Formats: sequence, structure tokens, C-alpha cells
Amino acid sequence: MNQRLPLLIFAVVMAVIPFIPGMPPFWIVILDNIGLAALVAMGLVILTGVGGLTSFGQAAFCGFGAYTTAVLSTTYGLSPWLTLPLSLLVSGIAAVLLGIVTVRLSGHYLPLGTIAWGIGLFYLFSKLEFLGRNDGIQGIPPLTIGSLRMIDPGTIYYAIWIAVLISALLTMNLLDSRTGRAIRALRRGHIAGEAFGVQTPRAKLLVFIYAAVLSGLSGWLYAHFQRSANPTPFGAQAGIEYLFIAVVGGAGYVWGGVLGAGIVVILKEVLQSYLPYIFGGQSQLETIVFGILLVGLLQLAPTGVWPWLMARLPLKPARKIPDTSLKLAGRERAASTPSTLLHIEKARKQFGGVTAVNDVSFDVQAREIVALIGPNGAGKSTTFNLITGVLTATSGAISVLGKKVDNAPPQEVVKLGVSRTFQHVKLVPDMTVLENVAIGAHLRGHSGAISSMLRLDRADEARLLAEAARQIERVGLGDQIDQLAGSLSLGQQRIVEIARALCVDPLLLLLDEPAAGLRHMEKQRLAALLRQLRDGGMSVLLVEHDMGFVMDLADRIVVLDFGTKIAEGTPAAIKTNPDVIKAYLGATA
Amino acid sequence: MSALLSVADVHVAYGKVEAVRSVALDVAENEIVTIIGANGAGKTTLLNAIMGILPLKGQASFAGRDMAPLDIEDRVAMGLSLVPEHRELFGTMNVEDNLQLGAFRIPKAVAATSFERVYTLFPRLKERRKQLAGTMSGGEQQMLAMGRALMGAPKLLMLDEPSLGLAPIIVADIFRTVSELKAAGVSVLLVEQNAQAALKIADRAYVMELGEFILNGSATDIAANKRVAASYLGFQHEGESAI
Amino acid sequence: MLFLLQDGITNGAIYALLGLALVLVFAVTRVILIPQGEFVTYGALSYAMLATGQVPGTARLAVAMGVVAFGLDLFAARKALRLKPVARAFAVNIVFPAVILALAYGLASPKTLVAVNIALALLIVAAIGLFLYRIAFQPIAHTSVLVLLIASVGCHLALQGLGLVFFGAEGLRGPALSNAALTIGPLRFTGQSIAVYLLTIAFIVGLWLFFGFTLMGKALRATAVNRLGARLVGIRTTLSGQIAFLLASVIGAISGILIVPITTLYYDTGFLIGLKGFIAAIIGGLVSYPLTAIAAIVVGCVEAFSSFYASNFKEVIVFTLILPVLVLRSLAAPAVEEEKD
Repeated sequence: MNQRLPLLIFAVVMAVIPFIPGMPPFWIVILDNIGLAALVAMGLVILTGVGGLTSFGQAAFCGFGAYTTAVLSTTYGLSPWLTLPLSLLVSGIAAVLLGIVTVRLSGHYLPLGTIAWGIGLFYLFSKLEFLGRNDGIQGIPPLTIGSLRMIDPGTIYYAIWIAVLISALLTMNLLDSRTGRAIRALRRGHIAGEAFGVQTPRAKLLVFIYAAVLSGLSGWLYAHFQRSANPTPFGAQAGIEYLFIAVVGGAGYVWGGVLGAGIVVILKEVLQSYLPYIFGGQSQLETIVFGILLVGLLQLAPTGVWPWLMARLPLKPARKIPDTSLKLAGRERAASTPSTLLHIEKARKQFGGVTAVNDVSFDVQAREIVALIGPNGAGKSTTFNLITGVLTATSGAISVLGKKVDNAPPQEVVKLGVSRTFQHVKLVPDMTVLENVAIGAHLRGHSGAISSMLRLDRADEARLLAEAARQIERVGLGDQIDQLAGSLSLGQQRIVEIARALCVDPLLLLLDEPAAGLRHMEKQRLAALLRQLRDGGMSVLLVEHDMGFVMDLADRIVVLDFGTKIAEGTPAAIKTNPDVIKAYLGATA
Repeated sequence: MSALLSVADVHVAYGKVEAVRSVALDVAENEIVTIIGANGAGKTTLLNAIMGILPLKGQASFAGRDMAPLDIEDRVAMGLSLVPEHRELFGTMNVEDNLQLGAFRIPKAVAATSFERVYTLFPRLKERRKQLAGTMSGGEQQMLAMGRALMGAPKLLMLDEPSLGLAPIIVADIFRTVSELKAAGVSVLLVEQNAQAALKIADRAYVMELGEFILNGSATDIAANKRVAASYLGFQHEGESAI
Repeated sequence: MLFLLQDGITNGAIYALLGLALVLVFAVTRVILIPQGEFVTYGALSYAMLATGQVPGTARLAVAMGVVAFGLDLFAARKALRLKPVARAFAVNIVFPAVILALAYGLASPKTLVAVNIALALLIVAAIGLFLYRIAFQPIAHTSVLVLLIASVGCHLALQGLGLVFFGAEGLRGPALSNAALTIGPLRFTGQSIAVYLLTIAFIVGLWLFFGFTLMGKALRATAVNRLGARLVGIRTTLSGQIAFLLASVIGAISGILIVPITTLYYDTGFLIGLKGFIAAIIGGLVSYPLTAIAAIVVGCVEAFSSFYASNFKEVIVFTLILPVLVLRSLAAPAVEEEKD
């Protein structure tokens, strides 16, 4: 409950504000507007800040929410409380339709797509007859509870801020969960996420819908606050402004959205109210000053004002230590595991004219450590990518436990019990070691987005985190469990990846240069761990350049050069193989 | 023996952590100095600070001039060059362009000789002049990165982990080239995890652990030191390639 | 029908120029230059005002921005002030715009040569472009594309607002470069539109040569590809950014000067024109110059035709048509591995 204390204090302060004697009603209106903007900004924080999908079109979803309730409560006389779920539903459906197209856009095309439909929808709102065209819809009834009609800004204030607080809670809960980790991996670690079962397009669509629903909620509240709806607040200008708010406040922080809303709304108010007095009615002056202040603010706090403030406050977030006694259901191991875990038959991968992997065949049996060595560019990582489904083979057959995985996506391959580490570390830098490793256990958890938001996932989550903590202990990084992954040295980061891969409870572990960056003793420890895993029933396929490490550890060695297998055998045989020496090992002392 | 590079009482912060503490080293003309230590010891941070990528607290001077007021581009102009850990090549430009840009600060006439020198040192680069840097193998990229740094005719070349991720046979090649540089009048400050190979070609060595230098001396002395042997030299394997 | 095509191509050429400028700036600085439209407006309207014998407010803005830029340069170098860099900063930031202002005052009269007015307008906007990078973007050069974009929007708001202050709400037209006209078959080509074609082609070729074959051009590309790598070979990346903005502002100003004799421009028209160049740049993936140019011509033609046949829904058509194009481009370009923001 410790983490929720500041939230409680904030809620109490907000509740008390309208009752402060002498509070000008004007300020209540501003706070109402801040709340409305904060809702949209929170959605943007998840969508853009965390998920990495920049959207300029959130205002359009406000429009969906507002117009739904406007039409239903005026033309059809439905009670506003009935139109609430409908507004959210319409925003959600619009999000699904637009999202399916938008989330498939890559890179810079995505924000542009959002601009395109954002503007398109604005023009649509202003041209449709039943939405009142440019004049919109008037006379929307206020929210009522019993005999209390929320006409006064001071009363709807509570509806708005209760909505903000609930949304903030739900959002924070969502981020601090299995789904939250998948979302947080979207921006910079999605390939890693996919290797552990995260369905990236689905996750993207989820955040898109979430942000849209929050905007729809804001639109619904807006309609019953202003008691009218016209296209202007739902156009491109508003869309850009919401993005300002998120970035200024701190895209990536739930409270950044609220703070940003506060800053921008108050700034605009101040400029619009006072500048004409000082400069005598020059109309566009507030835009000029606003623009300049915006740039200035970004220079002072490029990651947002919220993180800037947080860095200056002596707060240390309390971290919960997972209860490692909890057990997570392990992988079902068939009574008789087939002895051939991995079978690669004439696998070939061509990139245009270049043959990266040239009809390579080998297999990995149960309980063995196989090393894949060869010069850089020999096709080792490409082979890994073929096995794990990151790349599709041009021809040839790859099967795991007898099942074909030639065209399977990474999410399917990991289900069979194959997990991996990467040559270039793929951790999410601003998640802790524990959270990063927990991604490895993604498929062993079951709570979805809704149960995360409602905190119904605590038991499942505790078991997941316990498993992650155990693996972190196992690889020797127990002291670092709370550190942000980005602050660890490269060597340590590679070990975190191993812990993450172990969370899959794999049958076959693929390690890409695990010893790179380790000291002699650390390499010894790693070798001991790998032997222990092998003796416990796992097999390991590793790529390495440290010959001392490999020769002592591997049961068998496969040598690739220019995409072709040139040798296979025991360490003793490979060491003395003339082709291998010529291509890779160099002259012996 | 005039010191080309001289740093003293250096502290470098990496985020909130003090990654380098009270470090002092110097490199003279015509010598190869190596800093060995595990990943996370602060070696890369130190090199980056000397180059000017990270802020350096303490004294640092090059060729007699105080480096404090100079930013990276000026230090490059003075004859200090760095081949960073991730090489930082211009991936979508070809080998020739990468090399040409390496000579950005020097007069065109000198650049021509630089091209010759680099192509002689790395014949494979000459073969692949028109190939895009991003499509080359790790070893070739390392060679290109070193070639590009040499184009500017530096007095001191700093190398950050040149052998990382490379096949033993290529590593041998690269270390051989580094030795040749000394003969050509370029001093080298070499940061390496592969202590064995580094100590074989270096004149002097520093050992770094957790941000501090714990030992320094001639390369042969350091190689013979028991503590170093235990931590860094590991076990000699018969199949391992020697330089 | 042919008129529409001609119209479309002429407009498309302008969009192509602006699109190229946007791609250039994005490649070197990762800034999506929303204020490009303001460069167009400023260039066009400064030229128009100079032609009527008045000194445009933009000249004063350039001086003011120069002072701020100088202040920033001094502050940045405060720990180690040396004579040569300070003198250079003074020359570029203070003397240069001051001289332009003086020239503007001295030469402003209805009798001044068109060429002189054009040169002055170009210099004013060039200075503004240069200082804009220094003041607004150089300090945050290392931040994400999103932050740079928001800063860009902020600059646009400020500059457009200033545009209203300088030029008022009424539009202006400028004197044509040449009053010649050429008739080929059913089509009539004015000297002005020929100038548009020629200059566009000249710029495209010039940029291609610059980036492909000169050391400075390669240095700019290198800055775009790998900022740290560029610094490590001694390229001043701040200079690269300034040059990119300088080029973009000159291109914008020229575009404005080319169309202001043909169309009346208001203080906010530049933004709409820049937006279409933006669309073309997007279709080119913010990466490919030839594709941007072709896309620009297509946008120009689509606009011309929908203007004629369905003017009410002109914007809806243009914007909605982008979506399928984006989807196609997105599918064609394989996703780059990890977005580094």
C-alpha cells in the first residue's frame, strides 16, 4: 500500500479544492479542462511514451465519444450514464478498425497514418448531417445523480477527476503486470519479446484501443461538461496539442500526462488572458509566446517535466522482493523425450545474391552441449535466427522435438521449449533486471490486460516473479535484481539474458556468445552452470569465439565457414582439423 | 621520453555511478600501452572521456596542450583518434567514402598518402572499396574502423576492444597490424579483454578493476604477475592461436 | 485537362523542392521541419514587401535571432573563451544580419532591381534558418525524433504568429521575375513557370551532386548516418545541422519567391504548401529523393484535378489517399530491427 499513499494524498487534495473558501470558479473550470486533457494524455503516454507508437489522432477518438453521447442523449433521449458504455464502445470499435491498419505501419509511417485519418475524421465530423456539420449538436443534457444535476463546473469536477484517478490506477496496474512488460518491450525490445511469446501486433493493438477508450471517455465527459459538441476540439490542432502535453509532461510516465495537461492548459490560459493586456490586443502573440515557451521547456527537460521533478526529489521507490518459495508450473516433460531435440536438414538462407547459410545439416541430442564456431559472417547467428523463427529458411527442414519449425514464428518455437540469448543484447533498458527476466516466463503466465488492470493477477504474478528471481539467483546476479537493466555492464547484461532464457524452462537453450565480456572466473562459473543444466536434462547450443571456453565445455563442435559446414566432431578432433585451423583457429603456438 | 598523452587524477561519471576513479596514465611517442580488465571495469568509459565523448574531471593533456577546453572534433584535429567499441562506421556508405571521411580534417594532398598507407595495411579493404560498410563481416568492419581512424594520420590511436567477437585468426591479423603501427610512428593505447594477446604486443600495461588502476608496469612484468595470471590470463589452451 | 496537368506539375515542382528540403533536414538532423512552410511565407512576403519599398519585419527578426544565437554561443563557450571562435560567432550572428538589415533599409525602394530584392529576401530567410537551428534545435540535438518534432511544432507556432505580426492578415503578391510567355500548342508557359521547372531541376541535380560527390556533402550524410562516428572523424555535427537548415530555408524562400507572383500568399499559406511537400516526403519514406520528387508531382496533379472536380472534398481526398500509399510503402520497406527512437 506504500506506493499508493501519494495517490491517496493527491486524491484528497483534489477532492478538497472546490471547497476552499474564495476559490475562483474560473480555476475550477481550468481544473476541469486539465482533467479532460489528462485522460487523453494518459492514453498517449501508454501509446506513445511506452509503446512507441506516436499518434496525432487521439482527438478524433474524443470526437467519437462526444458525438456518440451527443446524438444518443439528444435525439434518442438516453440517459448519459447509459451512453457512457456506448461511447466507450464506439471509440473502441473505431480504434479496432483504425488500429488494424495503423499498427501495421512501420517506422515513420505510423504517425503519418494517424495524421491522415485524424484530419480525415475531422472533415468527416464537420460534413455529416446528423452530427450537425460545423455547428455540431447543442443542448446535451448534464450528468445527473438522483436530483443532483451536474451543471456547475464544480460538480462535474468530481466526475472528471474520479475518472482521472481511476484511469491512472488502472493504467499503473496495467504497466506493472505481465501485459505491462509486454507493452514496455514494444518500443525497444520487441524482437526479444517475440522470442519469448509476446504477440507484438496484438500488444500494439491493445495499447491503441486503450488509448482510444481513454480519449473516448474524455470526449464523453467533455460533451456533458460543455453540453454541446462541435468538430473543432476534435481536429488536428487538438491532436497535436495532446501530443505536446504528453511530451512536455513526460511521455512514458502516467503522471507525466497529468502534469503535462496541467502545464499546457494553465500556460495557454495565462497567455490568452494576460498577453492582450500587456501588449494591447495583438491577436497571435500568445501563439508566439506559447511556441517559444514550448521549445524552451523541451530544452530544459527533454524527457519531460515529471522525470525532471522526480530526479530532484529524494524519493526511492520501495521495491518488493519476490517470494521465491512460490513455484511456477514447469514444462511438461514427456515420459520419454525424443533423444533428438533439434534436427537441421540442409537448411539454406539466401539474402538476394548472398547465401548466408548453405545447406547446413546437424542435430542436437538430449543432454549435450554443442558449440557452433566459425569466423564472423559464417552464418552462425543466421542459423540461430532460422531455428528460432526470426528468419524463414529459403529451403531445407528444421525440426524441434520432431515438429517442423521451418516457417513458424518465434512465438511458436519458444512454446516447444527453445529459448535463446542474442549476440547484441536485447534487454529493455528502463525495466529492472527482475522485470526483464520475467519476460522470459511470459508464456507461463496467464493473466490478460483486464485482470491486470483490476489487480486480479496478483497470485499469477507472484509465481512468475518468483521464478524470475530464482533464475537471477542461479546465474549469480541476485544483488542486481532491482537495478535498471540499462545501468549494468555489458557482461552482466548478457548474463541477465541467460536468466531470461532460463525462465522459459527450456529443453534447448541457444546462447549467442555468452562468454563475451566475462572475466576468467565468471567464465568458469558460466561453464559450471551450463554443465549443471546439461546434467539436469537441458541441451545447449552455443556460438562462441573463446576457444578455451569452448574446447573445455562442448561435447561436440560444428564448424561453419561462409555459410557451409566444414567440420563436425569432438573438441579434440576439431582442434587438429586442418580445414578448421586454416579457416578459423590460426597457427598453433 | 616525452609523454604524448598524459592524464592524472581522472574521475568520470557514467550516469549516477562514478565509473572511473583517480586514474593516471601516460602514453609516450612510439609505444604501445594496453589497459586490461574485465567488462565493467571502466576501460571504455575512460577512453571515451579522454576522447571527449564523456565529461572528464581531472587533468588531461595531449602533445603538451590541455584538452579541457577542446571538444571531440578539436582533439581529432590534434592527432588523437579513437576506434570505439561499436566501431561507429557509416554503414550505408561504402568503404572508400568511410575512409575519405576519415581524412576530413587533413589537407587533400596528405589524404592521398593516407589512402595508400591504409590500403597497404589492409589489402582486403582495397578489394572491397565500393562495398557498403554495413554489409561487411565483423573482422572487415574492424579493419575499416581502424583504417578510417588512421586516415587522419593520428599521433595516438586509441583502440577499444578490437578483438571483441572476432575469430582467433582475424584477431591475430589485427594484433599484427597494431604492432606494425608502432613501427610506423603511431602510438597506440589499446584497451582489451583478451589480456594474453594484448600483453604480447604491448610495451607497458595498466590493469583496471572497478574503475581504478590496480597495477601498472612493463607488459612482461604484468604478464608474469600472479594475480593477473589468475584473473585474466585464464588457462592456456593448446589449441588456442598465438599471436 | 492539359491545363490541369500543367498546373499540377508546376505546383508539384514546388512541392518537390519543399519535400527535398524536408528529407535533407531530416536526414542530417532527424528534425521533421514543420516550419519549412514559414520559410516559404517569409521568403515570399519579404520579397513582396521589399518590392513595395518597405523593410520587412523579418529582417529585424533575423537580427534579434542573431543576438540570441550569439548569446547562446558565448554561454556555451563560457569556460574557455578564445578570440578566434568568439570573433567568428560575432561575425556570423551579429554582423551578418546587421549588414542585411542595413542593406534592406538602404536599398528598399520600388525602383530596386528584382534581382536585388530576391537576393535580400533570400539572405534574410537564410539567416533566420541558420539561427533557428542554433537556438531551437542544436541544444536538443541528441533527443528523440518525437521531442524534436514537438519543438518543431513550437517553432512553427511562434514563426507563423510572427508572420501575422510582420505581414498582417492580408495577402501579398510580388513582381514576376520575367513577364515573358511561351505558347506551345494549346499550352501557355509563362516565364515564371519555366523558372519553376528549371530551378527545381537545377536544385535536384545540384543536391544530388553535392551529396554524392563533394566531401562536405558526404560529411552531411555521415552526420545523418552516424553522429558519433562523424564527430570521431572530426566533422562538426553542429555545423552540419546549421548547413542543412540553411539549405532548407533557402529552398523554402526560393519556392516562395517563385510562386508569389503567381498566387497571393497570406501569412499562413506557406504552412499548407509545406504540408503537401511533407506528404511527398513521407511517401518517399523521408529517405529517398527521387521518390519524393515523383510523389510531389503526383500530389500536385491529384490536387489540381480534385480542385477542379470536387473542390469541397479536396482536402479529404488528398489526406485519405495517403493511407493506402503508406500501407504499401510500409509493406515494401522491411521494418528496421530496433527503433532507436
